[in-house]
Amino acid sequence: MNMIRPGKMIRQVLSSLIKKPATIKYPYVKFEMPENFRGKIKFYPEKCIGCKLCVRDCPSNAITITKVGEKKFECEIRLDKCIYCAQCVDSCLKKALESTGEFELAQLDKKKLKEIFHAQSEDGIKKET
Amino acid sequence: MATALFYILIFPGFLFLAVFGLAVEFVDRKLYARLQNRVGPPWFQPLADFIKLLAKETIIPDKAEKLIFKLLPFFALTSVVATILYIPIWGTEAIFSFNGDIIIVLYLLSIPTLTFFLAGWYSKSLFSMIGAIRALTQFFAYEVPLFIVVLSPALLAGTWSLSKMAEFYNQHPGYWLFNLIGFGVAVIVLLGKLEKVPFDIPEAETEIVAGSFTEYSGMLLAFFRLAIDIETVVCAALLAAVFLPFGLGLSPILGFSLFIIKVLFIVALISLLRTVFARLRIDQMVNFCWKYIAPISFLQLLINIILGAVLVK
Amino acid sequence: MGKVIIPIGPQHPALKEPESFSVTLEGEKIVDVNLRLGYNHRGIEKACEERTYIQDIYILERVCGICSHSHSTCFVQTVEEIAGVEIPERAKYIRTIVAELERIHSHLLWLGVAGHEIGFDTLFMYTWRDREIVMMILKKVTGNRVNYGINTIGGVRRDISQELLKEILTSVDALEERTKYYIQVATQETTLMNRLLNVGKLSHEDAVLTGAIGPTGRASGIDSDTRRDDPYAAYDKVTFKVIVDNHNDVYGRTLVRVLELMEAYSIIRQSVQNMTEGPITVKVPRKIPAGEAFGRYEAPRGEDVHYVKSNGTEKPERVKVRAPTLANIKPVLKMLENYNLADLPIIVAAIDPCFSCTDRTLLIKDKKSNKSKIMDWESLRKYSIEWYKKRGIGF
Repeated sequence: MNMIRPGKMIRQVLSSLIKKPATIKYPYVKFEMPENFRGKIKFYPEKCIGCKLCVRDCPSNAITITKVGEKKFECEIRLDKCIYCAQCVDSCLKKALESTGEFELAQLDKKKLKEIFHAQSEDGIKKET
Repeated sequence: MATALFYILIFPGFLFLAVFGLAVEFVDRKLYARLQNRVGPPWFQPLADFIKLLAKETIIPDKAEKLIFKLLPFFALTSVVATILYIPIWGTEAIFSFNGDIIIVLYLLSIPTLTFFLAGWYSKSLFSMIGAIRALTQFFAYEVPLFIVVLSPALLAGTWSLSKMAEFYNQHPGYWLFNLIGFGVAVIVLLGKLEKVPFDIPEAETEIVAGSFTEYSGMLLAFFRLAIDIETVVCAALLAAVFLPFGLGLSPILGFSLFIIKVLFIVALISLLRTVFARLRIDQMVNFCWKYIAPISFLQLLINIILGAVLVK
Repeated sequence: MGKVIIPIGPQHPALKEPESFSVTLEGEKIVDVNLRLGYNHRGIEKACEERTYIQDIYILERVCGICSHSHSTCFVQTVEEIAGVEIPERAKYIRTIVAELERIHSHLLWLGVAGHEIGFDTLFMYTWRDREIVMMILKKVTGNRVNYGINTIGGVRRDISQELLKEILTSVDALEERTKYYIQVATQETTLMNRLLNVGKLSHEDAVLTGAIGPTGRASGIDSDTRRDDPYAAYDKVTFKVIVDNHNDVYGRTLVRVLELMEAYSIIRQSVQNMTEGPITVKVPRKIPAGEAFGRYEAPRGEDVHYVKSNGTEKPERVKVRAPTLANIKPVLKMLENYNLADLPIIVAAIDPCFSCTDRTLLIKDKKSNKSKIMDWESLRKYSIEWYKKRGIGF
């Protein structure tokens, strides 16, 4: 049996006085996410072939792919529905989806939680739909 | 009359104590955080909390005794504010003093605990009632050792007045070192009086929500919390006056700074102690007080009786 | 004061999740406890039947916020058994590493919560600070701090690179040093010992009778651990001790958990060493052949059990989840008898409860007619929308 000591943590506790606090002052101090972090999903319209495997595999029905022209697809991602599992990234055969390190996605306005990736038109300019 | 009002309301009465009390709460919280390797609150946090609570709705339970429920925070507040008038802050002179004021001070300091009991009891809520009973049980466990250790230095000085005591220790520098055992006991007992870990049994958050204060909200809770802050200051001031009576002959400004330092030292000691312990159970606490604390305080009493016979004669 | 019944929960500072204990007190002594579960029923099993196997992994991962890998691995293993696939060696090791990292984070979390329940917030702050090391490494390995999403049917989704493996080893070293310190604290700090020793006694017989599992059972001398008895992933290729303790009390449960941490470090080291290069997934068809299987997994809190029945389509016909807390609820009622109210938080916390994971079904009967109503998915949805609309929350 070990010796019983009251105030066992006292040395540890006192040494913390000269140490910097372990807390990261988050909103003031930003920190980087590791490269394979599963954050906000990015869509590359030019790579999409419209197989809709991502739509089928999405656990929360956050993705919609619509055909807007010949071999042109548009993607809408509902950030409020997305659970950031990045299954769509794995499912995509053409690597048209990619997860980014972006994670600060809270919004007061519900409308801003809908992200639409427009397909590029022939001349390379984004078309407003 | 005007000077008396000044003493009671401004300095060293209510206003000074409120400001100092909030400052002490900040020091306590900040130190507690830093000892836990956290950042801790900004300096205005206690004041902000106080103002926020003042702005909140006060809800009084239907079944509670309304008048007493409302009055109790102010009872606690006035009793602690009144106490400071008998405690020498700097120099050897308290604002009011007479032979026997040490008893008055201890008596006034036990009123807050009684108001906590009554607050819990008259809230008529189960958690409050358990908290109230625990507060009273704990009160009986620590009050006797506290009386004994505070009275032992007085015994050595041969007076029942705090001011006379200060004068005695000022004339006999170094004598306060005899009371160091008593000081240790008093700091531990203070943890019980101020309901801090390991003796925060009456308001043990994870067991009985907030004990006596479960039903309190808004302004009434704000004043209860202020009363507890002021109680911390006053208890620390009492301990400083009784156990650390050195440097009393200094000029008012230096003496006052020394007083602040003494109080902060005692508060820091309490913060450190509450960092390194787990909360005890009520039976363990009562056991601990009667088994260890009470005998040690009697030892201090014995030492002082013998010393009194040898040295002072 | 006579006998009083005080409500601990559904909202109470001692409980991190909603459940209700009606405690009958005689003074400070607990004479009777009545437990009511079901405040957090989320319909996960039903939701699983409506989704494909791949989608189910993610929904089951969210059964529990702390043992998320446990539930997803258990499910995935069960499905793999039905489909008759053998996953690659490297995937097995990766699952083992993540599982043990999760155990470390869960046990450190528990140690902190236990400290908090007995008013020892310093222990809470320090363990949670050190837990951050394992959270960080989990984030780097899997891409998220809590819902790792590393499993897929037929293997794992991400490989662990050599640099990351090295990083895992260095953080394991750092954690081991800290754990040794916490073992000292847990076994030497007087006030802590006072609150843990001889509290919440559960004798070996009672533990067997009530069916305690996991660290709760092992602290009462039940020598059972799915990792050893029915090895899955790569547990048959590593050696480790099953920690069994005979204190039968909260102190014993603490010891089992901190010593299990030391075992977890050793398992991770062995797994990293034994790992060989190779593929991490095998292809599994989307349609799982008809059949049923029963999966067991040693979660940090005890044995997790999943049952899956497949009917040959993309979606399972039935998924049943038995979270470890459900098995430990009966023992906890036994443990509470004749202890103080002050001991209740730590006794309940000592089983490391996860009440939201436990809630499966709830039968509400009308008191007058003694009838229960059955609602299907659509009508439930309609009802909930109406309910929120009445409170001014629109959809």
